[in-house]
Amino acid sequence: MDSILSLLTAGLLQSFEPLNLAMIFLGCFAGLFIGAMPGLGSVNGVAILLPVTFLVPPTSAIIFLAALYYGAMYGGAVSSITLGIPGSSTAVATVFDGRPMAQQGKADKALMAAAIASFIGGTISVILFTGFAPPLAAFALKFGPQEEFALMLLAFATFIGLGGDDIPKTIFSILVGLVLAAVGFDIISGKPRLIFFDMVEFQRGIEFLVLAIGIYGIGEMLWTLEHTKGAVQIHKVETGFRRMIANLKDVRKYLPTTLVGSVLGFVVGTLPAAGATPASLMSYGLAKSFSKDGDSFGKGNVAGVAAPEAANNAASTGSMLPMLTLGIPGSPTTAILLGGMIIWGLRPGPLLFTESPDFVWGLIGSMYVANFVTVVLNIALIPVFIRVLAMPFSVLAPIIFILCVVGVFATTDRMFDTYLMLILGLAGYLLRKLNYPVAPAVLAIVLGPLTERSLRQSLISSQGDAMTFLERPISLTCILVAVALVLYPMVSKQLRKRKLAQS
Amino acid sequence: MNILKTLTMSAAALAITAPAAMAEWQPRKPVEFIIMAGTGGGADQIARLLQGLIQKKDLSPRPFIPMNKPGGSGAEALSYIKDKEGDNHTLLVALNSIYTTPIIQEGLDIDVTTFAPIGLMAMDTFQLWVNTDREDITDLDSYVAAVKAAGDSWKVGGTGSGQEDSILTAMMEKELGYDVVYIPFPGGGTVAKNLVGNQIDSTVNNPAEQMEFWRAGNTKPLVQFNGERMPPFEDVPTAKELGVDIEYYMQRSISGPAGMDPEALAWYQDLFKSLFHSQEWQDYCKSDGLTCDTWVSGEELQSFHETQLKRHVELIESVGAASITSE
Repeated sequence: MDSILSLLTAGLLQSFEPLNLAMIFLGCFAGLFIGAMPGLGSVNGVAILLPVTFLVPPTSAIIFLAALYYGAMYGGAVSSITLGIPGSSTAVATVFDGRPMAQQGKADKALMAAAIASFIGGTISVILFTGFAPPLAAFALKFGPQEEFALMLLAFATFIGLGGDDIPKTIFSILVGLVLAAVGFDIISGKPRLIFFDMVEFQRGIEFLVLAIGIYGIGEMLWTLEHTKGAVQIHKVETGFRRMIANLKDVRKYLPTTLVGSVLGFVVGTLPAAGATPASLMSYGLAKSFSKDGDSFGKGNVAGVAAPEAANNAASTGSMLPMLTLGIPGSPTTAILLGGMIIWGLRPGPLLFTESPDFVWGLIGSMYVANFVTVVLNIALIPVFIRVLAMPFSVLAPIIFILCVVGVFATTDRMFDTYLMLILGLAGYLLRKLNYPVAPAVLAIVLGPLTERSLRQSLISSQGDAMTFLERPISLTCILVAVALVLYPMVSKQLRKRKLAQS
Repeated sequence: MNILKTLTMSAAALAITAPAAMAEWQPRKPVEFIIMAGTGGGADQIARLLQGLIQKKDLSPRPFIPMNKPGGSGAEALSYIKDKEGDNHTLLVALNSIYTTPIIQEGLDIDVTTFAPIGLMAMDTFQLWVNTDREDITDLDSYVAAVKAAGDSWKVGGTGSGQEDSILTAMMEKELGYDVVYIPFPGGGTVAKNLVGNQIDSTVNNPAEQMEFWRAGNTKPLVQFNGERMPPFEDVPTAKELGVDIEYYMQRSISGPAGMDPEALAWYQDLFKSLFHSQEWQDYCKSDGLTCDTWVSGEELQSFHETQLKRHVELIESVGAASITSE
């Protein structure tokens, strides 16, 4: 423990060196804006800015890139809340409650909750990272296909309650998502499948962001247009100091959710297969299932903003672990960080911690500082962000439309995907008019491919024996928890009914 | 008079150099660097190293953006490149699945020999790896005994049916007379991780994918499949030394879509040629057991691809396509 503390102190001191501190500020600031622009996610940001980092020593370079990654994680929430367009896949769950809050004139509250929860999530996971990196890396190795599948079941289970009371409609929505996720090449045999109308464009599959931007960006825009008739959404932008303090005090309301989300996010993030998107969705689902007023989720509950934001920041720190110790990036952005490390002559792997302690601990130290810097920057910029909402929606709608189109085109570079996004957006709007929950479809398209791969890998390796999932302790535990999660809402409903009958 | 003379001369000089400067093609937007395999694998590591070197040495006015398209054993990447016919801003980091995947998946209709031949960056090798926990396995004989003892439940991890490692696995099944269960993962890095975590029993990985785990003492190589022993694995016997007739290499080349403009092709050929001869690349080859002796490009590379394609058709015929694709 002593050695960890002294290494950490050295790392922290390193990140306070003027050059490194400047890198942290620069990275956080750039990341915040990159993350807030739909389609310009942290992947492109890190890739484009990678050459800049060759001007400084490796440790400063990775500090810059990691700060950028953090900043982008925070920034994603900004466009989710103010515009209703998820800036990146990790910020989709933030739209669920963040957007309704903005429409109720509580955008500043939502942004504050996002910032605070992100800070807590990030900090908790850095602490866990500092203390338990090697045992956690060993734990990640225990995760084979069976465990991954069980974890995915768990993720679906946390979402059972998400669709509200209409279970058939929720199931329909999940199935639509699964079908869309199955389009493209079969992952085991490599044969094309579900190629609609024999259009070769479908061979590449339907990217998750196309669906998410369509449903939330375009669908939400149409919905809002219909309801506001193009008027201003909030008339008074209150940015007084007193209101800020009051918003800060709100933290009591979502602290428990945030803590659970942070730990969950970190653990899920450390598993090479998962990453920040499933983590944020799971955290949201859990928060809703265990909330006393679960019904208010999706209608602007502040805990619904805090839960996914805590988890996605915690997971982004967590996903550094497989990158550093196994050389397997947990997300596209860490994949580019990995490329940078190879150029700097650092080989990620089990020996990195012992062979390049300066680098590893400099990075860990910078995570603490970067978290602090981003939260301060973010809170300071809230008044700027909510100005957006003071615009009449008739002005805002075309801007959202352009951002959606540019966002999809910039990510996939195909007009086909842009048209697909518009069609899916229209479909999403209609589904919403018919009271179908759309969140389960979004979840299904994220988790579908991961679930399918791990299920088929497990069954191939057990030669078709499904008992393999129950024979392995970690997988069995996950499945039992999943079953409990599915049953819990029903049982608690029954209990409440009985209580009502008694009184 | 003198001034006039200088002026005319420089004007003449300009007249000569100006068209040349205009003809010099350069990327006008970021170049997509398509990797036909998952993150952490050999192709992925190479692409990211090259991308970084290009930016570090400032060799391109626009960045190279690596993108993984591992779906369908590389079919996703191949059909993407096919769609990009005539495009000057998309490159493919190719591995042997440019030959094998179109042979096995007949519907793809892809002919790699039409792709723009940019350059052969290296010849990579394969070794057979097991976890060091398996103390009972010390050489090929004890390995074969362990596989046979496991019946048909021995689990070999790989990067996809039809990928080069699945062919090598099928070749081993045929030569050594056993059957294994082949489990596809989305990339060589994930395969290596699953071997370290004992989720699979063995794998044929490229040296780069196992290097760090090997240095940490987590995994050990049993056999190498090249003609002669390669550093840093001088202690590991080749299959041929052990009387097993398997010699197999993986080419690591860069290609562009068919119909790329000749100026663009020439520009990329120059770029990768200078990368090939760079100290950094040669060092990487040495440390990771790749062979990078001669630069092969243009027509020479095209005929290399033709020979390799023919060889893979024969190989797949001899082991039977069914033994590769069957689940």
